[in-house]
Amino acid sequence: MQDRNGPESATRPGDSPAPAVQPPKAAERGMSSAQPAIELKGISKAFGPVQANKDISISVAPGTIHGIIGENGAGKSTLMSILYGFYRADRGEIFINGQKADITDSQAAIAAGIGMVFQHFKLVENFTVLENVILGAEDGRLLRPSLAKARRELKALASEYGLDVDPDAVIHDIGVGFQQRVEILKALYRQADILILDEPTGVLTPAEADQLFRILHRLKDEGKTIILITHKLREIMEATDTVSVMRRGEMVATRKTSDTGPEELAELMVGRKVLLRVDKTPAKPGADVLQIEDLKVTDESGVLRLKGIDLTLKAGEILGLAGVAGNGQSELLEVLGGMLPAVGTVTGRVRMKGEVLPLSGAAGDGKARRAAHIGHVPEDRQRAGLVMDFFAWENIAFGYHADAGYQRSGLFMDNQGLRREAADKMDRYDVRPPDPWLKAKSFSGGNQQKIVLAREIERKPSLLLVGQPTRGVDIGAIEFIHREIVALRDAGAAILLVSVELDEILSLSDRIAVMFDGKIMGERLPGETDEKELGLLMAGMNNAASGEAA
Amino acid sequence: MDLASILQILESTIRLSTPLLLACLAGLFSERAGIFDIGLEGKMLAAAFFSAAVASMTGSVWLGLLAGIAASLVLSGLHGLASITFRGDQLISGVAINFLAAGMTVLIAQDWFRQGGRTPSLPSDARFNPITLPFADRVADVPVLGPVYSDLMSGNSILVYVAFLAVPATWWVLYRTRFGLRLRAVGENPAAVDTAGVSVVALRYAAVGICGVLCGIAGAYLATSLQAGFVKDMTAGRGYIALAALIFAKWRPWYALWSCLLFGVLQAVALRYQNIDLGSLVIPVQFMDALPYILTVVILAGFVGKAIPPRAGGQPYVKER
Repeated sequence: MQDRNGPESATRPGDSPAPAVQPPKAAERGMSSAQPAIELKGISKAFGPVQANKDISISVAPGTIHGIIGENGAGKSTLMSILYGFYRADRGEIFINGQKADITDSQAAIAAGIGMVFQHFKLVENFTVLENVILGAEDGRLLRPSLAKARRELKALASEYGLDVDPDAVIHDIGVGFQQRVEILKALYRQADILILDEPTGVLTPAEADQLFRILHRLKDEGKTIILITHKLREIMEATDTVSVMRRGEMVATRKTSDTGPEELAELMVGRKVLLRVDKTPAKPGADVLQIEDLKVTDESGVLRLKGIDLTLKAGEILGLAGVAGNGQSELLEVLGGMLPAVGTVTGRVRMKGEVLPLSGAAGDGKARRAAHIGHVPEDRQRAGLVMDFFAWENIAFGYHADAGYQRSGLFMDNQGLRREAADKMDRYDVRPPDPWLKAKSFSGGNQQKIVLAREIERKPSLLLVGQPTRGVDIGAIEFIHREIVALRDAGAAILLVSVELDEILSLSDRIAVMFDGKIMGERLPGETDEKELGLLMAGMNNAASGEAA
Repeated sequence: MDLASILQILESTIRLSTPLLLACLAGLFSERAGIFDIGLEGKMLAAAFFSAAVASMTGSVWLGLLAGIAASLVLSGLHGLASITFRGDQLISGVAINFLAAGMTVLIAQDWFRQGGRTPSLPSDARFNPITLPFADRVADVPVLGPVYSDLMSGNSILVYVAFLAVPATWWVLYRTRFGLRLRAVGENPAAVDTAGVSVVALRYAAVGICGVLCGIAGAYLATSLQAGFVKDMTAGRGYIALAALIFAKWRPWYALWSCLLFGVLQAVALRYQNIDLGSLVIPVQFMDALPYILTVVILAGFVGKAIPPRAGGQPYVKER
């Protein structure tokens, strides 16, 4: 392929406004290595009374990967939105390659050579890859020439960076990993030299994430500057050259990644010492609480999702259910929690403290399950755990709102009592802000999860079903959530933990069962196994001698 | 059935399909950009009145057409203001426009013309008259093809040709131009358009504007071509049928043509055969008249199968991080 930087800078969309800053030429990049690729000076931004960014200064050298880490709401996204022209800073200046840039909108950011890959992809689902790439960067009024050019261009980019995607594939037919590549390709097609990625691995499997980091390193080797926003310490340690930590709108530290470690970063993020391990005593298992025998679930299209599950859960223990998403864990949680499939069949025998749990009809719904002292923290908290448009106090009462204690004269609910109780629970679970009159959607992921946990744990269930308890949750909140789960176990409850995070399974469980393809592949004790062995089981390989634990 | 009556039905099918087609394409532009428009009916009605009124006062049908388009554009602008700028509910805005048009047209007509809410009958030179295509008379005697050309294809008003040419034009704009790509994108995922540095608001206003122009032509056609003057509620639910046709067409231009022709042929049959005598059973005229509406209900009830509307349709765009 010929030199991409030369002729193409001249063929930018003819009708786009003049770029605020010329994209740097390859040669310049080499000459001015002392010049930072991005320099922010004293950026401040307030939303009403909330100071989202306070006097932030940061400088990123060209050809490096710079991490920005911080809890949800620390102001990372606001800062990047300012850099991408979504918001305007109240104060402060932005320099790109040493030149002051006036980034008034996304168009100006693109012109300045900045590309952004959002956490939630900005793709048109029913368009092809090619159409998504050219959208907004077409070369003229007619599509044909633009499409032909983009096709050639994508081929070149694919071979240059290992970004292979079928240009004619429709977005909704390709996996998230590929959709993310399309987002990266969009930025590269617009001549981006600076690439911002916002929580890029949130939706990826571990293998896809590895692939992504390989691509990022390749981009870096080609001289691109990359900003990686994340709250995962491991990614920072693995992928970045330098890292900045944000807390409550302020930039609290910038370090060379090689000079720091996860403990220091976690402490900087949260502002206090954080325990990255779970602190718990050995379990003291009691009587059997839950006995599952030959549980089978067929879904609406007749596919067998659970192929005969046998599982026993004792009081005072945490059983961790590991597995790649989609191997039946969700179905198991849902059947136990009373979210029975509308169509399809459930067979088998499930006993709770000896009593048989109905597996169909109203006797098997969530209300009946709650009456049987089963608490459920659903995997998808926003869809199944909360009503996002309702207030926090309403969400804390849901499912239990018909309880006698909440009734006044049989016709009305005791709303004042509910609100008092909600305020109290929010206080004890450190929900921030502790305002019962805020809608569920106004809380961060971690605080939403605390609301659900407060509701379920405070009922003192005999069995707690927990799905992905810390998905999208900050480190500080993860520590808290893990502690609460362990405390419930120590109070004598049985806990069924489903998580795709192996770290979480290994550190929290007293016993681990691995699911694959609707079956239990085997059980292990956390002290006697490791990620590698579990990984093999998760992939359906059970050649490790069948050392059944317990 | 002989060739002559088939031709008659087809001829009237074309005439009756024309306003549906124009309104349907109007809705297509708007809805493809993510703005649902239940106010097609009201815009057509307002356009019908103002085109007839201006044509009757000035004697120029072209000025009438312009006045109709202008009236429809004003209502479009209102819908745009409510649903794009102020992010209101698109359904409510559309319904309001329909009520506004239904009341306003009759009121103004009574005030201006004092003929019980109608405009005076338009003389032939203040209407769009049939155009004879070249050689239509010469080939009329050729069997089959001759009458098809001279009766069916020739002899329609210019707006009929406009409507039918609008189909390939719409297809071309939508699928072959930058504007079309962006328009389709903004109806599916406005955030994608926004982050690509293109204005969502400008695109949606453009779409609503095109919708206004097409509705204006549709209304003008009703009052100055299909009929001679405005009468109360003369759109008779065509705006809603056009919406049904749009769903039936799955928001695609060529499908829109076929579905509008289908509704048109039903109306034409109802007009031509008042009572259909099947020997033992007589299908009453009322049933035939009701048929297009029954079909609308059936289609809207989901008989069409899976018709996926533009994903962002009906939702105001709010920028978020």
